[in-house]
Amino acid sequence: MLDSMAPAPDMRATAAPRAPKIDARGVNVHYGETQALHDVSIAIPDRSVTAFIGPSGCGKSTFLRCFNRMNDTIPSCRVSGGITLEGEDIFDPRIDPVQLRARVGMVFQKPNPFSKSIFDNVAYGPRIHGLAQGRDELADIVETALRKAALWDEVKDRLTAPGTGLSGGQQQRLCIARAIATRPEVLLMDEPCSALDPIATAQIEELIAELSSRFSIVIVTHSMQQAARVSHRTAFFHLGHMVELGDTDAVFTNPRDPRTEAYITGRIG
Amino acid sequence: MTLLPFVLLLVGAMLAYAVNHRAAASLRSGGARLHSSPQYHGLFAALTVLTSALLLALVWLALDDVIIDHLIRRSLPPPDGDAASAGAMDLVMAEIHSLARGQTFGTPEPWKQKAADRLTAFRTGSAVALLVSLTCLSIGVLTLRRRRFTPELRARQGSERLTHAVMFACCAVALLTTAGIVAALLFETAKFLQKVPLSEFLFGLNWEPQIPIREDQVAASGAFGWTPVLVGTLVVTVVALVVAVPTGLFAAIYLNEFAHRRFKRVAKPVLEVLAGVPTVVYGFFAILVISPAMRRLGDALGLDVAPNSALAAGLVMGVMLIPFITSFADDALSAVPQALRDGALALGSTRAETMLKVLFPAALPGIVGGVLLAVSRAIGETMIVVMAAGLIARLTLNPLDSVTTVTVQIVTLLIGDTAFDNPKTLAAFALGTMLFLVTLMINILAIRVVQKYRETYD
Repeated sequence: MLDSMAPAPDMRATAAPRAPKIDARGVNVHYGETQALHDVSIAIPDRSVTAFIGPSGCGKSTFLRCFNRMNDTIPSCRVSGGITLEGEDIFDPRIDPVQLRARVGMVFQKPNPFSKSIFDNVAYGPRIHGLAQGRDELADIVETALRKAALWDEVKDRLTAPGTGLSGGQQQRLCIARAIATRPEVLLMDEPCSALDPIATAQIEELIAELSSRFSIVIVTHSMQQAARVSHRTAFFHLGHMVELGDTDAVFTNPRDPRTEAYITGRIG
Repeated sequence: MTLLPFVLLLVGAMLAYAVNHRAAASLRSGGARLHSSPQYHGLFAALTVLTSALLLALVWLALDDVIIDHLIRRSLPPPDGDAASAGAMDLVMAEIHSLARGQTFGTPEPWKQKAADRLTAFRTGSAVALLVSLTCLSIGVLTLRRRRFTPELRARQGSERLTHAVMFACCAVALLTTAGIVAALLFETAKFLQKVPLSEFLFGLNWEPQIPIREDQVAASGAFGWTPVLVGTLVVTVVALVVAVPTGLFAAIYLNEFAHRRFKRVAKPVLEVLAGVPTVVYGFFAILVISPAMRRLGDALGLDVAPNSALAAGLVMGVMLIPFITSFADDALSAVPQALRDGALALGSTRAETMLKVLFPAALPGIVGGVLLAVSRAIGETMIVVMAAGLIARLTLNPLDSVTTVTVQIVTLLIGDTAFDNPKTLAAFALGTMLFLVTLMINILAIRVVQKYRETYD
């Protein structure tokens, strides 16, 4: 078993080893006839950052989209195997994917603010899930989410301006604020910085580090430097297989699999 | 005979292409550096022959009838009196033309028969002359092209310039036709406004365009206030939109988000077929099915429904507009980026919430543009209302009553005896101008809205 449950070095000190937040066992994904993911098992601890790295088309995004059942929206996609969130099977027929997605937030590769005001973008989730009792509470939730996403100071004077009018980096932080306003337990990030410039990327990375004290974060990234900077644990995917999983430092300094080493040193990708 | 000039033209162009292409190709194979490739040398020559010959043929065909007519007129014996001469001359000319076509009524006077023979001779001569001059021109241009041929000749730029000119001419035809139609409308409208004051036309509450033909005719005083006609149009349009907008939008939302893919594959083409049904067929449907049904329903409910109610016409027009609105709204919804749909779903929205709170607002400008285009179609729609709506202009907002519309009035005013010195006939042009202005404004608004939408999502 590659998966050693050693805690990440800078994780908050916890008294007892907790059960994993997400536990995936033997996950296979097919798109029509082609198999995109082969028998992947991983345990994702709470309050930490797990990075999925690997060359394009290796199945890392597909795997990420299993955790909130976004693959359900692709007609040809079939997922088998077991994934539990806090011990609950997310493929259980009694689980409503709509409620699951409220608990497992997601940030996409390209910023996708709705064509609404900044305020309404962030308030969207709390509104549809009825999280606020009144207008004041809703405003509080929005402010808190925007503060956590390090966007509040830049937009507090123009909350009614359209979200699509912000810069790329601001839009992505707005999407993060929108995702965390729903108070998810897990935050999935699918290459959140690939459309951003280095300064915006640095801001998002700082944000990830901060958010990891409250959420369990899973991030898919193309940038190995980014994985090394932000994550506690790293999983390397290659051709639909999870080749290696371990503490980030260990994976980058002392990879066990030759394919991981080849990718990290730039020989495949 | 008419085909021959065109065959000639084509042969000339092909010949020009072959000759210059050959010359260029042989120069190139001899090692010379050409500015343009041989195809362009050929194309340039072919285009010069084609455009110059076409221009000559067009001018010739436009002028020869006028010139021949003039020659015949001059050769005729001078008419009896000067005063009636213009009208009488036209009559004589018409007779000569029909004689030349071989239609004789009784025994024509010999001088007329002679003139007709001369007309036929002139026409044949003109056709032959056209052929000859086309041939000469083609050969002339061809030799000129061949002699001007040098390796440095910028044949590519030349053929591009000519192609540009041809495309511009096609565009100009479309624009000039439109301008001509608008000018004709405005011209007749101005004549109408000399007889009926503008304020009466715009604000008058009576529309009774019956002008007495004889002095002693009763009940035909003539009144030209377009308000009841406009209100009638609006009543029918509102009924149509009340039917078409909600139905069309819900159909689009269903097709776009909830329908099974197999259902959509069948439903979308069927809707497009519905959009292709000729409006006269909708007219049958209105007059034979909907109107009687409305009357029976009204009787059952104790309401008084006119046999040609605005409701029946509006309902059928609404059915006509449904596929238009559905396909427009479906396109607008499909144009919303997938990323927004994913984003909404990932926040835990149901499909209904995704549609109503994210996709629909994002597509709204496009949908509004489609609805506005539907409005201008409803206002301009003619056949359904001619068949199903009334003729009497009644100022009422009651859709159960019979109303008339702008388009219906234009049709009725221009059917039967028309005289262009009569406000009755001219009123049709005034109504046409107003219709044009109203739909123009709505279309401009719609285009503006759609453009704004395009800017937001690209």
